[in-house]
Amino acid sequence: MIGVRDFSIELGGRRVLDHVDFSPLPGRLTALAGPNGAGKSTLLKALCGILPGTGKPDPRRVAYLAQGARAAWGMTVEEIAFLGRIPHGDRAPEPVARALALAGVSTLAGQRIDRLSGGEVRRAMLARVFATEPEVLLLDEPTADLDPKAAFSIMRLLGETAAAGRTVVVVLHAIELALRYADRLVVLDRGGITADGAPLAMLPAAAAAFGLGFGQDGLPHLLPD
Amino acid sequence: MIRLFVLGLALLFAASLLVGSAGVGLPAPVILWQLRLPRTLLALLVGGGLGVSGAALQGALRNPLADAGLLGISGSAALGAVIAFYWGFAAAFAPALPLSGMLGAGLGAAALLALAGRAPTGPSLILAGIGLSAAAAALLAFALALAPNPYALAELTFWLLGGVADRTLSDCALAAPPIVLGVVILLRLGAGLDALSLGEETAASLGVSTARTMRGVALGTALAAGAAAAAAGGVGFVGLVVPNVLRPRLGERPAVLLLPSALAGAALLLAADILVRIAVLVLPLNAEPPLGVLTALIGAPFLVVIARRLGQ
Repeated sequence: MIGVRDFSIELGGRRVLDHVDFSPLPGRLTALAGPNGAGKSTLLKALCGILPGTGKPDPRRVAYLAQGARAAWGMTVEEIAFLGRIPHGDRAPEPVARALALAGVSTLAGQRIDRLSGGEVRRAMLARVFATEPEVLLLDEPTADLDPKAAFSIMRLLGETAAAGRTVVVVLHAIELALRYADRLVVLDRGGITADGAPLAMLPAAAAAFGLGFGQDGLPHLLPD
Repeated sequence: MIRLFVLGLALLFAASLLVGSAGVGLPAPVILWQLRLPRTLLALLVGGGLGVSGAALQGALRNPLADAGLLGISGSAALGAVIAFYWGFAAAFAPALPLSGMLGAGLGAAALLALAGRAPTGPSLILAGIGLSAAAAALLAFALALAPNPYALAELTFWLLGGVADRTLSDCALAAPPIVLGVVILLRLGAGLDALSLGEETAASLGVSTARTMRGVALGTALAAGAAAAAAGGVGFVGLVVPNVLRPRLGERPAVLLLPSALAGAALLLAADILVRIAVLVLPLNAEPPLGVLTALIGAPFLVVIARRLGQ
């Protein structure tokens, strides 16, 4: 069980989160949405315990994928996946092989990460998260850089992961992905949670947070001004 | 792979005992014990310490240009050692030399990490290192200008050029404990350096403390590179060259490079020290060229090659 209660934080003199209560549930794919600067990534980091003043969960149980995660060196995809075993202090090959297969990068295992496309890098980084075999997955924009088909397949995979009893929290900019795949949509705006519930029912609140119109035809999409 | 390195080191070790600036062959016992063995052991220690320091610094700072020499850590160590020379501490109390070298290196490494700020990567770190190098070089020049007599000045200058010739087994005994301890500390940082390659936040999520890893690198480097500089003077570029040569062969994961960099650093410095002795045999020189001059001549063009590769 992870979560934050009445959590506030200031970063660089700006209040990024203001009295936030949030706990993701096992077996659910929870999406965090909201405009830039709403505090989504910060909330994810708070759950992960990597912000000052947040409790540190067991790194074997909770895995985190940073926004736009890159590797400093030209390591192979397999080496990247093995980094997910650091919390366990082992180099067990089976979970890594499973993780590479899950993320769909088994065939790229020997390729250097700095020679891959953005989408392939994202999948390799996901393989690293899966290799930890965590109970809680905290993923910041896991579908950025992915084409629609790849984004759908990753979201489906995360949905299956949640259905298997894991806790999955995803920061998403693409609201339609949240509508299609998430069990729960949490809308953040200016450091506070403005809506939290079944994705489709939260759409008006999401539209308000983004400052966009909401389709009156009943179709679940946001309209430009 | 490791076995191959060890075999190569053993061959170089034997060659180093057999090659002298007066000729090649089994030397008289007194030469073997008092000249060849000390310089061979010291080359192994210094090369190993500098090699693994380079690999650890590059891993910690996520920058292939990081090196104890380029970042001014060796310069700070040399300054510490020169101060010990200059004020006569080293003459009064032999361990003062490696101790002040380590102290200088430790202060240099700490200043560097502080100057470069919270996220010591990329240009800010290299610039901080240039600043530290310049400050250490200026203070060194100041100490030299104040040298009490021409003999002291000549001795200091010769020592600064770098080398492992004319050392005794007791010099080795002074240098060995801190270098070995520093190497052991750095070799144990593999998982932390691997995690850091994904950035500080991801490392933290994997249960790795950046601050603790950085402290380990600073301490290990201060011990290994500091004592190496105190024992061998200004031998540069080993820590820069070795990991960069190994990377295309062994892969770029930081932990994979640590032990091979120690072994290859030892091999490189030993080979270079054999080469300066052969240089006297085959070239019209009346003395061995300083070892530090040879490593700089190898290392400087190499720096340009890395810079070009980075630019691509």
